[in-house]
Amino acid sequence: MPAEIKLSDLPVGASAVVRGYPKVGSAFLRLREMGLLPGTTVTLVRAAPMGDPLEIKVRGYHLTLRKSEADHVVVEANPSP
Amino acid sequence: MSADAKPTLYPRTPVYAIIGNPNCGKSTLFNALTGLKQKVGNYPGVTVEKKQGTTYSQHGQPLAVIDLPGTYSLAARSPDEAVTRDVLLGRRADTPTPDRIICLVDATNLERNLYLVHQVLDLGRPVILVLNMMDLAAAAGVNIRVARLEKELGIPVIPCEAVNGKGILQLKLAMSRPDLPLSRHAWDVPPAIAAAVAELQASLAANDGKPPLSARAEALLLLTDQDSVRVAGSTPLSARTAEILQAWQKRWEAEGMDWAGALVNSRYEAIGRLAAEVVQPGVMAGPTVSDRIDAVVTHPIWGWLVLVAVMTLLFVSIFTLAEYPMDWIGVQVAALAGWVRGVMPPGDLRDLITDGAIEGVGTIITFLPQILILFFFIGLLENTGYMARAAFIMDRLMSRVGLNGKSFIPLLSSYACAIPGIMATRTIEDPKDRLTTILVAPLMSCSARLPVYLLMIAALVPGDRVPLATKVGLMLLMYALGTGGAFGFAWLFKRTLLKGAPPLMIMELPPYRLPGLKDVAMHMVERAGLFLKRAGTIILGISIVLWFLSTFPRAPAGATSIQQVEYSIAGRAGHAIEPLIKPIGFDWRIGIGLISSFAAREVFVSSTAVVFSVENFDANHEHADIAPLRVALRNARWPDGRPLFTPLVCLSLMIYYVFAMQCMSTIAVVRRETNTWRWPIFQTAYMTGAAWILSFIVYQGGTALGF
Repeated sequence: MPAEIKLSDLPVGASAVVRGYPKVGSAFLRLREMGLLPGTTVTLVRAAPMGDPLEIKVRGYHLTLRKSEADHVVVEANPSP
Repeated sequence: MSADAKPTLYPRTPVYAIIGNPNCGKSTLFNALTGLKQKVGNYPGVTVEKKQGTTYSQHGQPLAVIDLPGTYSLAARSPDEAVTRDVLLGRRADTPTPDRIICLVDATNLERNLYLVHQVLDLGRPVILVLNMMDLAAAAGVNIRVARLEKELGIPVIPCEAVNGKGILQLKLAMSRPDLPLSRHAWDVPPAIAAAVAELQASLAANDGKPPLSARAEALLLLTDQDSVRVAGSTPLSARTAEILQAWQKRWEAEGMDWAGALVNSRYEAIGRLAAEVVQPGVMAGPTVSDRIDAVVTHPIWGWLVLVAVMTLLFVSIFTLAEYPMDWIGVQVAALAGWVRGVMPPGDLRDLITDGAIEGVGTIITFLPQILILFFFIGLLENTGYMARAAFIMDRLMSRVGLNGKSFIPLLSSYACAIPGIMATRTIEDPKDRLTTILVAPLMSCSARLPVYLLMIAALVPGDRVPLATKVGLMLLMYALGTGGAFGFAWLFKRTLLKGAPPLMIMELPPYRLPGLKDVAMHMVERAGLFLKRAGTIILGISIVLWFLSTFPRAPAGATSIQQVEYSIAGRAGHAIEPLIKPIGFDWRIGIGLISSFAAREVFVSSTAVVFSVENFDANHEHADIAPLRVALRNARWPDGRPLFTPLVCLSLMIYYVFAMQCMSTIAVVRRETNTWRWPIFQTAYMTGAAWILSFIVYQGGTALGF
């Protein structure tokens, strides 16, 4: 079952494919430029010791972002093949 | 403008710019190319470091190399990134437009690194692509077909390991080529945007005097540069071009089109196709070394322990290792002053040199060992990749006051000395966050406050009657007050004066790497040099002024040193400010201490010794016995016979020193880092104001309560 959830709701260690994305905001433009695009696979590596920010793996490298940004990124946890 | 300036600035010398993502080894490559032939300065008008150097072609021709600040994209988000963009586009009149561009990429992470390369190729200038960290890529099982990449892009591609110098020779050979090809790489701008790009390109060429090829690159950039950071020294757009840009943006907004996103997507599509042909990704064989280290270092429990351990190590080394060279420098400064006294005839000029210039500059140089060690550690933390983890762990806490994790290291460094702390704020991208951090950093109790605290605690509580715990408790209270003050004011500034969008925490966590000690050492020396250059001139000036203030006018012959001080402008100023400081419990003699310790806080101890006429007090000695000074302070009286240094006054004075901006070096550095006198003046006013108010509350409150 494909399920669309927020990137911030992804369990630690799980991978998903980015689906939805806000159009405006310099944060989201930069995230895009860092290679987090619709169709890209991301893995939620861990949350920081105090729960925020999050560490994700995208295109083979590690990136941090705050939950407030990850809340706006929609991912599909179990993409249909 | 820059095209006209070029021939005179660099006659016949080709200019290369090195550009790349952060953490891809740019400084290492720059150091390997230029060695010690580097010049570090500032881009005029902004506080962005300008690094230039010279290397030589295989025929011995000098080649100028500019090391541009690292960035992930030419769509700038910080002043650093704006400088990189503007230099490449020839927008800065103070820097020649680079003739050729060296793009450095991290071979272990080719895809994301190629995004910037892709933007740079659009500039229509010769590019050499350098694939750094080929050894690490090979170790990770990543195979890059270099010849294929060269063929696809049509430019020289050089595999390299900058850390151990492999590939540098090949790079120099490529740089020596008289003819470098332009890239053949073409990509398709999304059709919906192509018309706008063409129109902007034409207008940029016609109205802004841009060469046709770079006009296209600039047009593309204008469309992704949502809130383009405008910095001093970059040329604004012509009215016509700005008009066209706004018209298209309005139209797209109405249509609900995501033009910036579409451009990024199509670039990544082109890169994806390229990468599929040239990169054989490594087989994922379980967690990497970095993953394993991170499992501990960012662990909810171990992570904190590691952070505390690293910071403890940092401070223990600052305070123990720095002690010997600091003592040594103190002795040398005193010896130099003694030598001058021996060779020069007595007189005002001699005193000016010994007591003004040498004493003042010497005080600051004494702190150099601490500053060097701090810079060394900061460089080490940066180079290994731990700095990013510390920011990651601390971000949540820092966000409570509206800052992000990157402010943590600068604030922490300020416990040793605010100057390296303030200079370390350059890693903070958001200008408002950076300014907030600079404004509150001097509230962290630095090591120059320690002697003042120690003296006051000694005067406050006689060593034999009060348990050690009370003294330690008082000391900790002062540190807690400063820290609390820093966070409180940061919170206040972020809510009022420097209100902005909540800071982002989009940051790469680079893989852990063994630090290149040579690079760390060069970084340390370079930073310390900048500090000396920046602070030195202003400090020399103010030291001389302070000397004049405490020497003139001359007291009648036969006056003691205390009478001379009282007779001087500083003494009169001490008297003059007495009405101001009396409400916080200070008399004019303490006032003199406040004025003279503006040079550096610990000068308070030596000037107090003069004012309260303690004989044979050797303030230059690290372990100077403060016992006689303590006795003198305890015997000091107001004219009506009340004791001056009551416990309440000691406390009030300590609190004053926690908050007051009593450091001309910090003011000098803040002036340099913010590029205006406005902020250091504001900072001095708010800090000293807060100091007075808090001391007033403590002193008057304490008096009312009968202490």
